[in-house]
Amino acid sequence: MNEGALVTVLIAMLGGAIRVSTPFMFVALGECLTEKSGRINLGLEGNLVLGAMVAYGVSYLSGNPWLGVLAAGSSGLILGAMHGYICKLPKVNDIAVGIAMMSFGTGIAFFFGKPYIQPTAPRLDSIPLGDWTGNSALAQALQVNPLFFVGIALALAMSWAFANTKWGLIVRMTGDSAASARAMGVSVDLVRFLATSAGGFLAGIGGAFLSLYYPGSWNEGLSSGQGLMAVALVIFARWDPIRCIWAALLFGAAGAIGPALQSVGITSGYYFFNAAPYILTLFIMIASARSKAAARDVPGELSITK
Amino acid sequence: MNALSPIAETSIRAPSLEAIGMTKIFGPLVALDDVSIKVEAGSFHALLGENGAGKSTLVKSIMGFYRADQGQILLDEEEVSIRTPRDARDLGIGMVYQHFTLVPCLTAAENLVISRADAPTVFDWRKEKNRLEEFMDRMPFKVHLNAQVSSLSAGEKQKLEILKLLYLDQRFMILDEPTSVLTPGEADEMLGLLGEMAAKKEITVLMISHKFREVKAFCDSFTVLRRGKFTGSGDAQAASVEEMSKMMIGDTQIRERAERTQHNRQEVVLDLAGLCAVDGEGLPAIDALNLKVRAGEIVGVAGVSGNGQSALVECLAGQRPLSDGEVQIHGKPFEPKRADFDKFKVFGLPEEPLKNATVPRMSVSENIAFRSFDKPPVASLGWWMRPGPMRERAKELIAAYRVKTTSPEAPIEDLSGGNVQRAVLARELSGDVDVLIVANPCFGLDFASVAEIRSQIMEQRNRGAAVLLVSEDLDEILELADRVAVMSGGTITYVSPIEDTDRNTIGQHMAGH
Repeated sequence: MNEGALVTVLIAMLGGAIRVSTPFMFVALGECLTEKSGRINLGLEGNLVLGAMVAYGVSYLSGNPWLGVLAAGSSGLILGAMHGYICKLPKVNDIAVGIAMMSFGTGIAFFFGKPYIQPTAPRLDSIPLGDWTGNSALAQALQVNPLFFVGIALALAMSWAFANTKWGLIVRMTGDSAASARAMGVSVDLVRFLATSAGGFLAGIGGAFLSLYYPGSWNEGLSSGQGLMAVALVIFARWDPIRCIWAALLFGAAGAIGPALQSVGITSGYYFFNAAPYILTLFIMIASARSKAAARDVPGELSITK
Repeated sequence: MNALSPIAETSIRAPSLEAIGMTKIFGPLVALDDVSIKVEAGSFHALLGENGAGKSTLVKSIMGFYRADQGQILLDEEEVSIRTPRDARDLGIGMVYQHFTLVPCLTAAENLVISRADAPTVFDWRKEKNRLEEFMDRMPFKVHLNAQVSSLSAGEKQKLEILKLLYLDQRFMILDEPTSVLTPGEADEMLGLLGEMAAKKEITVLMISHKFREVKAFCDSFTVLRRGKFTGSGDAQAASVEEMSKMMIGDTQIRERAERTQHNRQEVVLDLAGLCAVDGEGLPAIDALNLKVRAGEIVGVAGVSGNGQSALVECLAGQRPLSDGEVQIHGKPFEPKRADFDKFKVFGLPEEPLKNATVPRMSVSENIAFRSFDKPPVASLGWWMRPGPMRERAKELIAAYRVKTTSPEAPIEDLSGGNVQRAVLARELSGDVDVLIVANPCFGLDFASVAEIRSQIMEQRNRGAAVLLVSEDLDEILELADRVAVMSGGTITYVSPIEDTDRNTIGQHMAGH
């Protein structure tokens, strides 16, 4: 590979990191909030797919893609609230409910989404941040969707809120020691219900990005498990919103390796490189499971740690 | 509620509390039967009773965790209605529980601020920290504000719990066995300071305890419960320990303690050489620990909880890997595996037996067979298990060790703590024992069970077993051990024959001096 090709690949990976990372970011932040409250919602893949379908449908019908984003968030909120409510019932396992919600979300998305596979809906605009460089590849890579910045702002806000607000402390308290929270008069179920709902809302917005910006259409293979990987990403990020952003960027860049290599003419191992994010997930899980620091940061009430 | 009101310099603010005719019924069980208790303003009142006597039920009814079926509560001689713990908090009644209610992932400062009913929505940490430091300056004991609670020692957590009550201006304090996690020195310091505050009428303290030494040293009045009934109260200084213990245990026959017999066996049986192990975070839990136990000897390992005692027992039981060092029995290397346990006749009674030595949902008879299910007569050919002989053997042992169970088929988790302990003892002591490893064997048991279990341990010693007794109860060690070893910071810091040492010396070594 010569130097020009390397630059092309790196620029493509940068663009990929920015473009592909956004849904990871939203799902991971949503999951981070839910897990901080002491519950795991594995169903966010369902929120993501349903959000993508709802966003596309609403954008197509109303002509306003931002209305689609809001609708996607609301659909995610409803799925999250269902998860939160069901888990509140006695002897219900949050992981099993999460898997059921995942199938439920993707199922209704496919059911109602059939009519929207063909038509073209208005898509979200991006902000061209790279035009000044005079390099067309770089300019294209730096076409940034506003949701990307919303995600980063959200991570900063969450990180601040966990340390500096009453609600942040209550969420952490509920996630780390339900008994203490109860002794302080906090309704553990209510906090978890709200955190799961809000997490579901964020995952829904992640879905809207998929169908309305990149790849930018609605079909049944749209998500290909990104929602599940985002859950793994939270573990990798050790339940820290800022680290979630970095992890999402890393995943985005890894996902761009395959197409980028193909664009410079390296076709051998194309499918292997396309699998990079999945392989990365595996290695990250293995590495983080061994990490002592992860064991310290994990919220004490999570059913996987108890 | 003003959490920042000055605490120290104010005049008489301690409330009095009286509970009259408290009755609480759980299904068929009368947990509290017409119990009354009166705690004067500024007193340091002890609530005594054995496990299951109703002490917890009484204070939880006062705290609003339970609704008493009958009875009323007077605070400063006015009737109050306490329906939830929040009502109790608003009335200035606070409690320190045996299990801590601090949130491990938050710092001390965060724990204090969030516990306030009027905690702000957004914290101005600089302002809060200044206020907390001012508050801390007025307190008799201090905790580092920026430390994460999970990194605090048990003693510091206990102090922080009490500071939290003072911070919340809760001047009627209920303490549930507050000194079980402290060194004797720490316990005396803390109780002394609370006693001084009570004497100045700044607080009123109701302390659940069963340590007569502490009650005699610090309390001014006491109330005793037995089986849910009031059995006496009085002046803690005037009453004798015999009177108080009579009120606690009634006419129950206490088994005679086994006598310590003299013998001259000197050979080392259990030899722990340079043991090292790490905790979940990779930090040393035990660090180059050396200890020898001879035949016919009880070596008592004293120490404040959390200094590696649990890790040591786990290592010997095969629950935690050793990172370095070697265990030898009769001069041969010992691996904590089933084959070696049988070969060297090593038996054990770990702490919290329901968690560490039984499968709670399996039956009593299955649990008793854990040592023998793969050997004749229960098993043939090494794999064919016959339930008949297993049940027969279990019945014999249940009778011999007086395990109270509805049937051998009942799940062992349905048994009371003392009976679980007896069932495990039956399993471990029924054979020929060369090495016995015991950890906190009497934690939370009533007097009769305590006497019986200590006798069993002493009998094994007299028969020539090498006994390693790890206990957080110094009195237990002083009673049973031939030699005492103090564990501090994951290693043995002091070893002495029991006749050459005393409580103070041991206490100083426990505190790390």
